[in-house]
Amino acid sequence: MTDTNYLTADNRLRSWFFTTDHKRVAILYFAGITMFFGVGGAAATLIRLELATPAGDLVSSDVYNRLFTMHGIVMVWFFLIPSIPTTMGNFLLPLMIGARDLAFPRLNILSWYLYMIGGAFVLYALFFGGIDTGWTFYTPFSTFYSNSHVIVGIVGVFVAGFSSILTGLNFIVTVHRMRAPGLTWFRLPIFVWSLYSTAIILVLATPVLAITLLLIALERLFGVGIFDPRIGGDPLLFQHLFWFYSHPAVYIMILPGMGVVSEIIPCFARKSLFGYKFVAWASISIAVLGFFVWGHHMFVSGQSVFASLIFSFMSYIVAVPSAIKVFNWTATLHKGWLRFDAPMLYALAFIGLFTIGGLTGLFLACLAYDIYVTDTYFVVAHFHYIMVGGMVTAYFGGLHYWWPKITGRLYPEYWARAAAILIFVGFNLTFFPQFVLGVLGMPRRYHVYPPEFQVWNVLSSAGAAVLAVAYLMPVFYLGWSLFWGRRASSNPWNATGLEWQTSSPPPEHNFTTTPTVNRGPYGYTPDAKAVPQNA
Amino acid sequence: MPDAFPAPQFANLRQQEDVARLGMWVFLSTEVLFFGGMMLLYYAYRSGYPAGFAEAARHTDIFIGTINTAVLLTSSFAVAWAVAAAKDGDGRLAAILLGAAALLGVVFLGLKSIEYLKEYHEHLVPAVNFAFPGKQANSVELFFIFYFISTGLHSLHLTIGIVALTVMALRTARGQMTPHLRNGVTVTGLYWHFVDAVWLFLFALIYLPGRGGT
Repeated sequence: MTDTNYLTADNRLRSWFFTTDHKRVAILYFAGITMFFGVGGAAATLIRLELATPAGDLVSSDVYNRLFTMHGIVMVWFFLIPSIPTTMGNFLLPLMIGARDLAFPRLNILSWYLYMIGGAFVLYALFFGGIDTGWTFYTPFSTFYSNSHVIVGIVGVFVAGFSSILTGLNFIVTVHRMRAPGLTWFRLPIFVWSLYSTAIILVLATPVLAITLLLIALERLFGVGIFDPRIGGDPLLFQHLFWFYSHPAVYIMILPGMGVVSEIIPCFARKSLFGYKFVAWASISIAVLGFFVWGHHMFVSGQSVFASLIFSFMSYIVAVPSAIKVFNWTATLHKGWLRFDAPMLYALAFIGLFTIGGLTGLFLACLAYDIYVTDTYFVVAHFHYIMVGGMVTAYFGGLHYWWPKITGRLYPEYWARAAAILIFVGFNLTFFPQFVLGVLGMPRRYHVYPPEFQVWNVLSSAGAAVLAVAYLMPVFYLGWSLFWGRRASSNPWNATGLEWQTSSPPPEHNFTTTPTVNRGPYGYTPDAKAVPQNA
Repeated sequence: MPDAFPAPQFANLRQQEDVARLGMWVFLSTEVLFFGGMMLLYYAYRSGYPAGFAEAARHTDIFIGTINTAVLLTSSFAVAWAVAAAKDGDGRLAAILLGAAALLGVVFLGLKSIEYLKEYHEHLVPAVNFAFPGKQANSVELFFIFYFISTGLHSLHLTIGIVALTVMALRTARGQMTPHLRNGVTVTGLYWHFVDAVWLFLFALIYLPGRGGT
């Protein structure tokens, strides 16, 4: 290769750490996120090891509290929320819309620094005593009773929150103002719609988390009773504010995954995405409706029954756009010319696992049933099916799909398929038994449990071992491909998006000439020909 | 004149200006939710303890509060005029108006400090020296917790605004109005108006309860 690309343009360290190139920022994020996935995964490993036996024999109760708290904080704020948007989103959004960069390249690198600084605070809290409140920081425990590093953790999450807001702001403005000529809203790839919906939530929900964390930090630091019942304050109000952010945040953690899957499925079914406009609008409706369901986290908190009824109803409603997506992906597969490369295996796994996670979400939206399984492993299994089965699977799917574009190398297909299948098997073995445990009544956040639960816990821990191996595999074969993988052509999947119409890896400013868009995003035909958007 | 060319990611200057303005609007939507969370807290407690909140509000200094409202509204007027002046290419006038608005911001902070000091002497500062006689002590404390956090956050935003206005005043003072600078004045103005708008809400929430005739 004689042409320079974004990777070879400048090799000095400075050119990476002060870069404004969205593609390099994506790589920086990728490094950070991989590290935090490792930290959160290590905590999960210890949790599953401890739970293999009914007795609390590996760690003490105090340490166990710190483990699940750290697992939650790291995985939610330092892996899941930034995962797809800041890596693939950062890398692909300008490419997909035919732009030279995001609207605010310097804010983009600033958001990476904020993310890393926030992460440093959290790691400090982790290694110098931990936090024992759970990732939800419920008052009054977090403010008056906990003896752990709550303030440090809050500062970390608070700072990382600003990184989220800046990313969201950047994406919204970019989608509005930076599209190539001819790229109308309904010619945007669904991945862009997903990022746009995600960005709306990032911008409108995260500030509420910021003010809430600020309030509990002040309460803890100065002992003022903002949520203190002793002077008439209301701890439930904290829960309302917290979940006003944290439920929409669930959609931050799934919408980008849905976007990735919506790109992969048409490409590997060689068919146009079924019901494109419905899928696009479904993303927006999930983002909007997601703001009105937070109370379903509080069914047993003592909020009014009337409020619970409304939130229950709204939670059923928000399932509708998700179901629309699942049906449309399935309809796209119908009579398609399917190829089962690794990205497609991940996408198919996503559909199955997300469906199970979504349907059990309906169980939990149902007031009567939710009271029965509140705070049990049923809830744990449910949200892991969405977050891990859904989002992490989509993350790996997207990583494989765009790997040739990002690195200019092809990954080894055989190993990638093996890892995809192993992840699917390991995941189900880990989390399906937890549904059973939940229905049997095992509460979450306990590390000592009655012996009759052991068989399900052993199954789950065995699955976790499989999953750990499966997650480590890509580290090796993707790492290998960086040096010895075959060179990728500009469009190895014969895909239609603009990102595939420039070289792999792309040049510094993405396109030699700004593309003009003439058609919608999924011009796939069964004879393996594809009509690019700019043809 | 490097300002006449857009940054590399843009096709032209017009796009760059659009992007800067839209970026500020999106940022302000974030800010609305930030202060919104705070105000939700206020409304929840005020609806729970109407008598206590009315009692507490009567202990705020409505005189300073009103003067400060007038000060900020005047500053917003100056900023709006500065934006118009910048559009007409009158850098000197814009600089004077921006400087005046920044100065009014400083006046606001000065008056606010006097008010804080007064509340300190009246033992109304939670976590420092709060003491209040009578049955409503607890809800009065909740009110003043909200009062200090919300006005504190507002003052922080105002301080950032003062710095931004000062920077813009110094840059426009050179007289040469570039499109880039003109847009900078507009965007800074948006932020300043927002901070003022937040104050209008805070004024109504803090100073007016319990002061209606009956």
